[in-house]
Amino acid sequence: MPILEVQNITKRFGETEVLRGISFTMERGEVLVIIGSSGSGKTTLLRSLNFLERPDGGRILVNGEVVFDAADARRLTEEAQRQRRLHFGMVFQNFNLFPQYTVLKNVTLAPTLAAPDRKAGAEEIERTARELIARVGLSDKLGAYPCELSGGQQQRVAIARALAMKPDILCFDEPTSALDPALTGEVLRVIRQLKTDGAGRTMIVVTHEMEFAAAVADRVLFMSGGVIEEAGTPEEVFGAPKSEKTRAFLSSGVKNF
Amino acid sequence: MLMLSRIAEQFPIVFAALNVGFLQTLRLFAVTLLGAIPLGLLIAFGSMSRLRPLSAVVRLFVWIIRGSPLMIQLLIIYYFPGLVFGNNIWGMGESGRFTAAAFAFIVNYACYFSEIYRGGIQGVPRGQEEAGQVLGMSRRQIFFRVTLLQMVKRIVPPMSNEIITLVKDTSLSRIIALQEIIWAGSAFLKGSQGIAGEIWPLFFTAVYYLLFSGILTVLLGRLEKKLDYFKI
Repeated sequence: MPILEVQNITKRFGETEVLRGISFTMERGEVLVIIGSSGSGKTTLLRSLNFLERPDGGRILVNGEVVFDAADARRLTEEAQRQRRLHFGMVFQNFNLFPQYTVLKNVTLAPTLAAPDRKAGAEEIERTARELIARVGLSDKLGAYPCELSGGQQQRVAIARALAMKPDILCFDEPTSALDPALTGEVLRVIRQLKTDGAGRTMIVVTHEMEFAAAVADRVLFMSGGVIEEAGTPEEVFGAPKSEKTRAFLSSGVKNF
Repeated sequence: MLMLSRIAEQFPIVFAALNVGFLQTLRLFAVTLLGAIPLGLLIAFGSMSRLRPLSAVVRLFVWIIRGSPLMIQLLIIYYFPGLVFGNNIWGMGESGRFTAAAFAFIVNYACYFSEIYRGGIQGVPRGQEEAGQVLGMSRRQIFFRVTLLQMVKRIVPPMSNEIITLVKDTSLSRIIALQEIIWAGSAFLKGSQGIAGEIWPLFFTAVYYLLFSGILTVLLGRLEKKLDYFKI
């Protein structure tokens, strides 16, 4: 059974149709990279998965269970929606760390608030957080505040923070777009490690870094004008693109746009 | 030298009278803060309401209050009911004047505070709320654990300015003869307790304002510094 099934998602902002029927499935442990020019709907798709946008049509299933159905008009209680969105984790382009908390507290805050018994779970939560922070290479920054970190370090903390909620599917929304070129490497390395560390994490990465996309992706989706224009292995999409639009996009050869 | 010895002679009487006046100044200051800080939040929510008519009315009100002199507002609030309805709703004497002055100051400062709150609330980036949401936090948790302190940090510096301004603005209540420190000082101009035609007591009131606003500046500066450990 696929871990994620996206069925015919549509979304419009006013007159603009941003998503025009997006469907795809993912298997557990798969890394899906979504590429496409600005305005192609990549970010809106990711935000829809994370319940930050409400699609106008379509369904989203996780492990065969419907977590979103646009036809289902009944409004979910806030609690139910919170439980469902936890299937997904999100790493934002602008990190969005909580500035008033230390690195450690940024990572422990949400799990602590979600714990049924805050006292009993605290030790376990902190241990997990320390492990995650170590995994992104920031053990020496546990007590630092976000303003004391570089952009790359902040983004690595954001990754640890997202992992702390143990999402089924971790989403990255252009995780290196806000970074100096010199700092993108450390973030991409962390994401690559997440793929190879044996935990079999399922990830969706929206990125403009084509080399990285080719290296990390099991499958690549090329989006254009709100539809999936082309999908396939990195070899297929980058090596022998079938669609004219894909070819044009790839040959424009720009990394940042 | 003659003048100095005269002042020295008059000082005990003047000092006692000014202290009494300053106590009234302090009372007005404290009551205004106590009332305007929460009322300002209510007005801020009103002006940000998605209910268009409500936010329009609230914004119009804020514009009127912020756009006209507090002195005029004091006069209207104190005298208007008596002149038009023939009864002074504020009550007689000093306590009546204090109630009217407190009412005018609270409403006036609440409007200024509301704009500061609004800036603080709207200044928190949307991404902070979204980060809380995707981590499964409830709206309540997001407000209290994430955005509130960032708002406070944003509003402390402009609030400090307003609070320092309020110290001096209390003197406007002299216009309805509230017996605050300016009133107490100017009494010796016309004549009181055997002292008349003296302007130095009025000048001397400035020392009170300077000391009080100086203390407040230090305290508020400390609060600001406390929030310096993070940047937004």
